[in-house]
Amino acid sequence: MKIAIIKYNAGNTQSVAFALDRIGISYTITDNPEEIKASEKVIFPGVGEASTAMKYLENKNLDQLIPQLKQPVLGICLGMQLMCQSSEENDTKCLNLFDQTVKRFDATQISKVPHTGWNNLTKSKGWLGSEFDNTFVYFVHSYYVPVNPHTVAQTDYIVPFSAAMKKDNFFAVQFHPEKSAEIGEKILKQFLKN
Amino acid sequence: MLTKRIIPCLDVKDGRTVKGINFEGLRDAGDPVALGALYAKQGADELVFLDISATNEGRGTFAELVIEIAAECTIPFTVGGGINSVKDVDRLLKAGADKVSINSSAVKNPDLINELAKEFGSQCIVLAIDAQHANGDWMVYTHGGKKSTDKELYSWAREGEQRGAGEILFTSMNHDGTKNGFAIAALNELGKQVTIPIIASGGAGTMSHFVDVFKEGGADAALAASVFHFGEIAIPDLKSYLRDNDIAIRN
Repeated sequence: MKIAIIKYNAGNTQSVAFALDRIGISYTITDNPEEIKASEKVIFPGVGEASTAMKYLENKNLDQLIPQLKQPVLGICLGMQLMCQSSEENDTKCLNLFDQTVKRFDATQISKVPHTGWNNLTKSKGWLGSEFDNTFVYFVHSYYVPVNPHTVAQTDYIVPFSAAMKKDNFFAVQFHPEKSAEIGEKILKQFLKN
Repeated sequence: MLTKRIIPCLDVKDGRTVKGINFEGLRDAGDPVALGALYAKQGADELVFLDISATNEGRGTFAELVIEIAAECTIPFTVGGGINSVKDVDRLLKAGADKVSINSSAVKNPDLINELAKEFGSQCIVLAIDAQHANGDWMVYTHGGKKSTDKELYSWAREGEQRGAGEILFTSMNHDGTKNGFAIAALNELGKQVTIPIIASGGAGTMSHFVDVFKEGGADAALAASVFHFGEIAIPDLKSYLRDNDIAIRN
């Protein structure tokens, strides 16, 4: 299987690569449009700040390429947020694959922001399947995508938000499967089945 | 529900874990990669690797080690020790670390927090604060607790949050090494002062100390070293004990 991990300034690129190594999947980390287009599946990682990340994508014309992809594409964390219409993080215009606005969590005395740590999935369905209901995955983020018609799993923190989504060939997770122990590896495998 | 995190901390010098460790089934307890993998398997929620090397050669070894840790480690890990610049952080994150902790360098140059948050995002910037309680005030120390500063714990934590830190790792020097429990009152106050997660460190001795740090101290995570390394508390036992005490814990 030919897997492309999109190369830009995402902080978790290496972690995603190592997670694929651990489950025995080969991949290339690339920003070459032809190589990305020719791969069977694409992983769009993301850790960092939205406007900076979008600038990196624009500089490499990846903002034009990603929406045109036809094979299964998995956005992770900031990758998922960048697939939305826009983000409140420095008022950033994003790729608009999901017609959603990424919002900032309002911190409370009890609920700190960033949402950091292991939290459980609920209402898991679609490509994830109900087997992941109430399993724990690792989150670290200050912005979230509200629950919407594309949501396939939710997590509750301050508000219920989209933990995973899917629209057409675009898959997305807010948590870090590459850092979520055995459950995370199962979820990566689940995506790779598509 | 977001669960409380248990975080073993491994001190690494010249590429080797330093504290005396005796684990069954672990061939080389001095190997940070193997030890980290074992803790992950036992249910640790995160790991911290602290580089205490005193030489440039030692620090170089650590950077190489981070790649090996990242290759093996299925849970998030933070690296700290001797981080001074955007370039240092870039190298460590590219090697596969999930977060970095900064301490002395942030006190010396607070703008570093802003620069790192802007470049890499707040979520991977942990502000580590070592503080000592004396004459009614919690004062911040740097260089592994050796050097006093004119900064006070709560105002420094607030400043760190404003500058973009995503988490505070607070070590009470009064409690560290005593095994008499965490600095509950200070943690409680700190929780009122900032809205970013707090990792409590210093004083873990028994499993009930962990109940106290979450229930009374309001900490989001608890870090400990020797109780885990010397096998005094096994992580699976600790997690089931916490669960029995109605604390949200990952299963």
